[in-house]
This record gives sequence, structure tokens and C-alpha cells, in this order.
Amino acid sequence: MENMFHMQTLLIVAAGAVATYLTRVGGYVFITRMKRIPPRAEAALNAVPAAVLTTLVAPAAITGGWDVSITMAVAFLVGLRLKLLPMLAVGWVVVMLLRRVIG
Amino acid sequence: MTPDTKEEIRDAFRRGIAVAIAASPFAVLFGAVSIDNGLTVAEATLMSATLYAGASQLVGVELFNHHVAPWLVVLSIFAVNFRHVLYSAAIAPHIRHLTFWQKATSLFLLTDPQFAETERRADAGLRVSYIWLMVLGFSVYVPWLCLTVVGGLLGNLIGDPRAIGIDVLLPVYFMGLVMGFRSRANWLPVVLASGVGSVLAMHFVGSPWHVSLGALAGVAVAALLPLDKEDEAPVGTVAEGEA
Repeated sequence: MENMFHMQTLLIVAAGAVATYLTRVGGYVFITRMKRIPPRAEAALNAVPAAVLTTLVAPAAITGGWDVSITMAVAFLVGLRLKLLPMLAVGWVVVMLLRRVIG
Repeated sequence: MTPDTKEEIRDAFRRGIAVAIAASPFAVLFGAVSIDNGLTVAEATLMSATLYAGASQLVGVELFNHHVAPWLVVLSIFAVNFRHVLYSAAIAPHIRHLTFWQKATSLFLLTDPQFAETERRADAGLRVSYIWLMVLGFSVYVPWLCLTVVGGLLGNLIGDPRAIGIDVLLPVYFMGLVMGFRSRANWLPVVLASGVGSVLAMHFVGSPWHVSLGALAGVAVAALLPLDKEDEAPVGTVAEGEA
């Protein structure tokens, strides 16, 4: 048990699970009680996913080293045309080539 | 079992398996990255079983490694999953006929594909029944759990993630998700604000805070920009964003 689970990790996972469940029922509970969301609040909510996820991309792309920066740039171009999985595959191939062949 | 119910189960299972196949690399990725970031296979599996939200699991695991304060990890998971609020609000009319417990249990399985498939079925004029929701959900949920274990076991075998290039998969994956939202109003200014905000916050404040500060910058920009009216073109947003 001690080797399989750490107390702090368990607590974080439990709290994260509760928080996630609340987001899944929250909208239903909210909307069935409310008539209308203020437009600016809706615009802000609408921006949440892109805003949060960008913060996990930009620092890595800029400070992660030249190989990561080039890979991200290529993956971005690929992402304009292709879906998520091909984009991941291309990103992986590019970074492996850069590291094995050049780096 | 009526023929209708049989048809519902078959439809839900077929769609669910397609989603599970598309999501399988991410389940394996999550398992492997978790081990890389100091979690055990059991912990990674527990996370898949209780959170069951790919992007936020990866975000949470990424932050574990940065020794971020626990409340900030939970807040980040909440922030990444916040879109589910909009999903459950949007599908409310389609699931109103369910009982309290049916709603409570089927909403646990509400993910991006579950939402998309539910909307599609409702658009097609078909009934969104409890059995359809649960079969769809579980045919994604069970493979997700199994592949997390597989990824975790593989992760134990992998030494240096840089050597086999899996360290770039996470940022590329997140970039793909960000790009997936690019048809949304004010996407470019929001992304630029969050991107610049997070890099500046990383430099001047430090690692965990770049997530919340950068996200705050993007959300604030979205709230402050002119609202996107249906009858008028969204003027000026691109110019402002690139200024």
C-alpha cells in the first residue's frame, strides 16, 4: 500500500476528482436554474480552455531548447492542416531526427 | 430488450470504441508521463478512474513534477476542466428527462467526445437515453483505464524520456488542443495574451504561477474585448492582438 500510493498524491487526486465532477454537473445545475449568462462572463468562460492550455505550450516552446522550439514550429504548421494524432506523430519524428541526426 | 434498445446499445458501442481508439495514444501517454513524473502505476490508474479527463490529468501530472503547491494543482485541474460546465449546460435539454441518479451517474462520464456525440445524436432528432449514454461512456472509460496501466508499465521501462522523444509530446498535444479552439471568438488575442503572459510570469514570478497568471491574462482579454455580435463582423480583434 505504501509503495503503491502516497498520501499527498491521493489527496490531490481525490480533490481533483471532486473538482472535475463539479464541473460536469455544475453547468447543468446552473443552467436549469438560470435564464441567461451575462455576455462578458460567457466570453470569458469561452476563452478558458485556450487561455489555460496556452500557458502549458508557450514557455516550453520558448525556453525548452532549440530542438523543442523547431519541433513546436513544425507541429504548429502541421496542425493547421491535420488533426491531433498526425500532429503528434510528426512532432515526435521531427524531434527524434533533430536529436539523432543533428544534435 | 426492445429492438430500439438494442439499436441504441449497438450505436453507442460503435461510437464509443471509435473514440477509445482515437484516445488510446493519450491514455498510454498519460500512463508513461505519470511514471516519468514520479507517480506509481496505481496512482496513475486511480487518477484515470476518478478524474477521467485526459487533458487535465496530463496537466495535473505535469505540475506534480514541478513541486507545485497541492491547492494549485487542484485549481489547475479545475481550470482545465472548466469547459465541462459549458458542456453540461449545453446538453441540459437533452438529458432533462432522466432521473436524478441517471443524471448524476451519466454526467460523471461527460468528456469532450461524450459531449460531441450527445449533441450529434440530439441534432439528428434521436432520443438520448440513459442506456445510450452509459454504453457510450463505458466503451471509452474501460479502454482508457486499461491503456493507462499499459502506459504506466511501459513508463517504468523507459529511462530518459528525452532519449525517445516523449518529452515533446505533451507540449505538442496541448498546442493541438489550443489550435482546436481556433474558430472561437477572439482566439488569437486570447492565445497571444496567455502566451506572452505565461512566458513573462515564468521569467519574473516562477514556475507554478505562470499557469494561473498567463490564463488570467487570456481570460481578461476575452472579457474586455468587444463582444462578437452575430450581425456585425468581429472588427479589430486581430489587429489588436498582433499590435
